[in-house]
Amino acid sequence: MLKHLQELCNLCGCSGDESEIRQYIIRILERTNGVSWEIDPLGNLLVQKRGASRAPHRLMVSAHMDEVGLIVTHIFSDGTLSVAAVGGVDASVVIGRQVLVGKNHIPGVIGVKPVHLLTDEEKKMIPEFGGFVLDIGAENREQAEEIAPPGTYVYFMSNFRQFGKECICSKAIDDRVGCALLLYLLEQETPYDFTGAFLVQEEIGLRGAKTAAYTIAPDFALVLEATTAADLVDAKEDEKVCTLGKGPVISFMDHSTIYDSALVQMAFSIGKVHDIPCQTKSRIAGGNDSGAIHLSRGGVRTLSVSLPCRYLHSPASVANLADIDALSKFLPLLVTQMLQIPHKDSI
Amino acid sequence: MDWIKTLKLLTALAGVSGRETTVAEMAKKLLESTCDQVEIYQGNVCGYIGHRTSSKPHILLDAHLDQVGFFVTAITENGFVRVGNIGGLDYRLMPAQRVILHGKEEISGVISCVPPHLQDGKEHVPSVTELAIDTGYPKEMLEKILSPGDAVSFDMPLQRLENGCVTGASLDDRCGMAAILYALEQLQGQDLSCTISVLFSTQEEVGERGAMIGAYRVNPDIALAVDVTFAKGHGDDPTKCGKLGGGPMIGISPSLSPEISRDLIATAKKNRIPWQPEVMSGMTGTNADRFSVTREGVLTGTVSIPLRYMHTPSELIQISDLEATGKLLTAYLLQ
Repeated sequence: MLKHLQELCNLCGCSGDESEIRQYIIRILERTNGVSWEIDPLGNLLVQKRGASRAPHRLMVSAHMDEVGLIVTHIFSDGTLSVAAVGGVDASVVIGRQVLVGKNHIPGVIGVKPVHLLTDEEKKMIPEFGGFVLDIGAENREQAEEIAPPGTYVYFMSNFRQFGKECICSKAIDDRVGCALLLYLLEQETPYDFTGAFLVQEEIGLRGAKTAAYTIAPDFALVLEATTAADLVDAKEDEKVCTLGKGPVISFMDHSTIYDSALVQMAFSIGKVHDIPCQTKSRIAGGNDSGAIHLSRGGVRTLSVSLPCRYLHSPASVANLADIDALSKFLPLLVTQMLQIPHKDSI
Repeated sequence: MDWIKTLKLLTALAGVSGRETTVAEMAKKLLESTCDQVEIYQGNVCGYIGHRTSSKPHILLDAHLDQVGFFVTAITENGFVRVGNIGGLDYRLMPAQRVILHGKEEISGVISCVPPHLQDGKEHVPSVTELAIDTGYPKEMLEKILSPGDAVSFDMPLQRLENGCVTGASLDDRCGMAAILYALEQLQGQDLSCTISVLFSTQEEVGERGAMIGAYRVNPDIALAVDVTFAKGHGDDPTKCGKLGGGPMIGISPSLSPEISRDLIATAKKNRIPWQPEVMSGMTGTNADRFSVTREGVLTGTVSIPLRYMHTPSELIQISDLEATGKLLTAYLLQ
């Protein structure tokens, strides 16, 4: 599981550009028992898992493959490049960083005017896209265009590492952790059939989830995510949203979804019975593929389970290994119990 | 000289102002192959070449050892690290920046920030006292590793870019050191009409302090500060910057010796070394400001390597400028 996570985090795939991640997952699926898969027109990878027996209803377990990043929009005559954000990225976590450019992962930097040349006013201005450029060392437009024509994706530098006592620090934990957990789930023997969905384009508006949920037409959905933890230096208890080390996050509501309350209760009771700590979010914040899935066709009863993660959408997200471990124990229990629900309306 | 190898060696070690020991030891080792004598004195690394007599001018070549960064000031109740800045920093780029904390051991850190999902539109550029570094360690463990006064440096490896460009943290002024090391290599076995001291100085970023005491000790006739200067980036004011790839910038300033500036320019022209003028209207903001007023006064010049994105973790230079700087220093010393 951790090996998958490390490999997946170090791969590069922004929204609409998930092939590296999809290929990695397919390579693992090729040596996995009881799975068959298809790729839909948007690039979603839909995996049918054959379990020991048939489930009474259809469960879709999903994670999204895409990460936030940048895209080249224009090349200046001096060989520097203009970039825009793909997904919600603050300019402040982009400037002054090394990045990887395009499929060949050509290194570049996001340059800013040196502090010595800034006016006092400029020093206090929150940086914005358009106020800085990507610099790959190209001398002129022609040279830059050869390496990174407009439309080229730009990624945070791959940089997964162990961090502190029992944490990891990396780009793209959102949502490669979901991919790693789902992949791990598909690799296990399972008591029932279910569908695993590795989704595209979450970060630009839950787009892959929409078509995948239509195709799969599930009765129940489980969305695996990374969610924002703000257990930071001056945060009061309620401002933390969720906390590293306190286990999987089961939210009752975020900006995209009000979750199925029976499923939420079921998840917490599984945690209690099996002594796996779980937490909920102390603020209504964020949103994920559930937003598209629970409104698919005639509606899908949906639950989301997330890894608490600091500094989401930055090149240096931090998550706790104990939480990841708890999630990998928790999910098979949760999936099994969701599949044992006798009828889709029976809890 | 293998520029990349040398730059990698020099930038792999952190030397935040006042905490330059590790990089000083490395610099001393690198100087030993070309200098007759090398010492570390009050933190500065000094290398000496030639037998000093009154008939030959004694020339000081200087580059500073130190880099911008932070010092640990406190560890908070919930295990975050508070810092003070060392040198001029751009706080706009601090969120989620990776750092290394140099305590009893080196540990990774991330400068804490609030992700877009939780922002309320009242965000502002943090001041240094608002920064909090996350290390993933609880307070009790952290206190065993870190103490107030420990250095914190940006964690950004050296990376090659197109056209012989290189990016990384602390190229200001490790690239100046590399240019001097190149010149010393070229001078090996040559007959010199001068004697030379090399000064790799401490604490430039906090007010050229190492340079003050280093130049006093060396007591040179002529001093050259080899540092970096602004290379024009996209949208930068061309009147305030040099051109990346345009060669070293030779300082011209009321605070510098006009003879030295003139000789450097003549040397560049004679040897067909690309160069650019860097006209400053007062002080230079480099160690040269200290050299010129050392003891009874020293003839001082600046040779500056154009560098983009100064004091960020992703400074950028072009190797051709480095090589031209090394050649200019060599040719100047051979005269």
